[in-house]
Amino acid sequence: MTNSTKNTGSELLTVTGITKIFGTLKANDNVDLDVNTGEIHALLGENGAGKSTLVKMLFGSLQPTSGSIQWRGSTVTIGSPSAARILGIGMVFQHFSLFDALTVSENIALSLGESVDMNDLAQKTRSVSQEYGLPLDPGALVGDLSVGERQRIEIVRCLLQDPALIILDEPTSVLTPQEADKLFETLERLRDEGRSILYISHRLEEVKRLCSRATILRHGKVVGACDPRKETAASLASKMVGADIDIVHRDNAGNTGEVLLALNSLSMPAATPFAMALKNISLDLRAGEVVGIAGVAGNGQSELFDAISGEATQNNPDDVVINGQSAGLLDISERRNLGAAFIPEERLGHGAVPDFTLSENLLLARHQSDKDRFLKLGKIALINRAAVKILARKIVEDMDVRKSGEDPDASALSGGNLQKFIVGRELDRNPDVMVVNQPTWGVDAGAAARIRQALIDLATSGSAVMVISQDLDEIFEISDRIAVISDGGLSAPAPAKEMTRENIGMLMGATHQATSDGSASAAGNEEARP
Amino acid sequence: MTLFLEKRANYSRLFSALSPFLALGLTLVFGTIMFTVLGQNPAEALYIYFVLPLTDAYLIEQIVLKATPLILIAIGLSVCFRSGNWNIGAEGQYLIGGMIGSLIPVYFNDFQSPIVLPLMMVMGMLGGAMYAAVPAILKSRFGTNEILTSLMLVYVAQQFVDWLVRTPWRDPQGMGFPGTKRFNESAVLPDLLTNGEAHWGTVFAVVAAIGTWFMLSKTMKGFEVTVLGECPRAGRFAGFDAKKMTIFAFLFSGALAGLAGIAEVSGSVEKLDDNLSLGYGFTAIIVAFLGRLNPLGILAAGLILALSYIGGEEAQIVLQISNRATNVFQGLLLFFVLATDTLIHYRIRLEFGSSVKGAS
Repeated sequence: MTNSTKNTGSELLTVTGITKIFGTLKANDNVDLDVNTGEIHALLGENGAGKSTLVKMLFGSLQPTSGSIQWRGSTVTIGSPSAARILGIGMVFQHFSLFDALTVSENIALSLGESVDMNDLAQKTRSVSQEYGLPLDPGALVGDLSVGERQRIEIVRCLLQDPALIILDEPTSVLTPQEADKLFETLERLRDEGRSILYISHRLEEVKRLCSRATILRHGKVVGACDPRKETAASLASKMVGADIDIVHRDNAGNTGEVLLALNSLSMPAATPFAMALKNISLDLRAGEVVGIAGVAGNGQSELFDAISGEATQNNPDDVVINGQSAGLLDISERRNLGAAFIPEERLGHGAVPDFTLSENLLLARHQSDKDRFLKLGKIALINRAAVKILARKIVEDMDVRKSGEDPDASALSGGNLQKFIVGRELDRNPDVMVVNQPTWGVDAGAAARIRQALIDLATSGSAVMVISQDLDEIFEISDRIAVISDGGLSAPAPAKEMTRENIGMLMGATHQATSDGSASAAGNEEARP
Repeated sequence: MTLFLEKRANYSRLFSALSPFLALGLTLVFGTIMFTVLGQNPAEALYIYFVLPLTDAYLIEQIVLKATPLILIAIGLSVCFRSGNWNIGAEGQYLIGGMIGSLIPVYFNDFQSPIVLPLMMVMGMLGGAMYAAVPAILKSRFGTNEILTSLMLVYVAQQFVDWLVRTPWRDPQGMGFPGTKRFNESAVLPDLLTNGEAHWGTVFAVVAAIGTWFMLSKTMKGFEVTVLGECPRAGRFAGFDAKKMTIFAFLFSGALAGLAGIAEVSGSVEKLDDNLSLGYGFTAIIVAFLGRLNPLGILAAGLILALSYIGGEEAQIVLQISNRATNVFQGLLLFFVLATDTLIHYRIRLEFGSSVKGAS
């Protein structure tokens, strides 16, 4: 930091009393923020705290309801993203906006909005990318590039406009640890040049490493500012959440029994051009253990989940074995009846119907497993709504689901509370096998701790639990064994104690290379085993 | 200036219940203006439209008669639409149902037996269901768009039935008019009242409404229909099969449309002729949505729409206004029903010029 202090101190951006109201929701409530020249400033907050709303107003894609923005000391109205670019504000979004069928430099040309000489642009792209350690081939097709490379395009595209302030929204959520390290080096370099960076994240370790100041948002309000380097991850987390978070306890590590879920050389072709094929996945999940499946987003996690749950069935009955019974040909209801339970990644629209009440959403997942309790009159299948409501109420109490009204719609609950209900819906059955995809994605830290503890307790009671997660902290917190999914293949699971972030990162990357030179990824997995 | 339709965070249950009456009130206000402009006494016109038909036993029967096929078809469509299957071809299923149901009286004109009518009804339902199976299978097997295929099959059915009644099935003693021989008594659906017009098809409609309401709101099948219509991904998670649902929904609505067809042929016309296709299959789409896809609501909506038809006919006769004016009036009614419904759930927001405003 010392070499950049000469630049800091002068205020580049000052946001005063900004408020944004959507309907009845105050997404931002009287927010103040200031960013100095030459600093990396963190914007911290849980999912739904209002971080994205705030930066969208800074980038001109949303207009504030009230409040003012000052840029280099004068008040400005940022009417559109192009107005923001003219001022010198660039943004790298969490979700990329690139055309797969175009080359790198064509994609960059599109965003510049004026006619440019393509040769000249390719030259500039090459020089900027080399200067900042972001190697890119301007002539490569975007469709052939990895996620990390695509993010480099977005950053280079932003840098070509020579911005004074760069906004990065959750940039590491799609990167392996090694790719993230490279990104951090680039960001430090940009800071040393006197550029400012507004860094949005909920990953506390990287904020501690990179940022010299942080503004913390909770429920749309600024609840504090601090120097993250002087805080611990726990103290930052409690500032974000506004309460101390329970620590997850695990004490049965290594105490495992018989195989309850077996995947035997499971392969599935890609169902759509945008899906990932599953390649020769084998795994034994034993009673009493939690196996964590780490991986970067989009490497086959949801395809693996669908294949195990039976939403996509296999051609060979022995590909998936649940509780000793071949289940490859069975549908999801039949697999549930064998003692398995499933929690998908998306809560609204997959695990629950948004406009259905909680009790109806309970029926959604349990109408076959609890047929005797919930349905009457045999074939007519009359729904016993009273029985469904009684159980829904019990689950709400067991999981401490906060809601308004007796039986509200699923969409009326916060993400964390709905997820607690969905987890409770499956836990209440005491399943032998539990498969969860992203159990705490977008869930507040308090609910996340409760959900993780519940999964560990389920394993302790003798069930087998598989947790697919992109959050490495979560994987390390709850897993007995860890495997890495990459490019549709799965590495051999290893005991969590023997795994480090570095070798998980290697496994995340190793299979990418294995497929890009044409060899089968399963073989790549074998080689990559530590 | 841009216009946005924003979903309201909360909507008023009171206004939701009042919305049909609000719509009726607005229709009356604008109807008054329209009739005044046309030089008619609005009070008289509205009286003829809404009250006169209800004071006359013959006209009430006409309303019930008109409402029967609309209700039967719309109930089937409500299951289809709720499950996310867009069957636009009920008119074709209605025609084919009427045609298949007529096979016995056409080919065995002298055959008299109490089993003739039940057979005709069952064959009519089968005919409608089989015709609906075509777009259903095309959709579930090949992913074709059911809106297009079901609609195109309407024209096929219209031409086919028209050809039948003009050529192979034409009554040789029919003075050259298109149409089959008149059915014998055992092939005619009995009247509800002696010497009346309305027939047993109305009973079918009421039974279908109650049965379908029970299925949709009380049983697992109805739950499955709604889940797959609202959220197919969650439906798959629940273990429901969207392809089987497509087949079920089309067969169900095709069968009811077919029943409506054969009931109309056997109960009203008493023979198959070239006037069976009156657009009931399309009007039933409006009835289904007016009734909010609820079978009991559809029962009421069918009667109201039939009232506006019969009232419109009376207005044409008594006031000598053109049928265009009665069409406009019906349009007003539908517009206000849909508009009040929409505005209860959504609000309109106007945004004035919000493009680039550079630094100041």
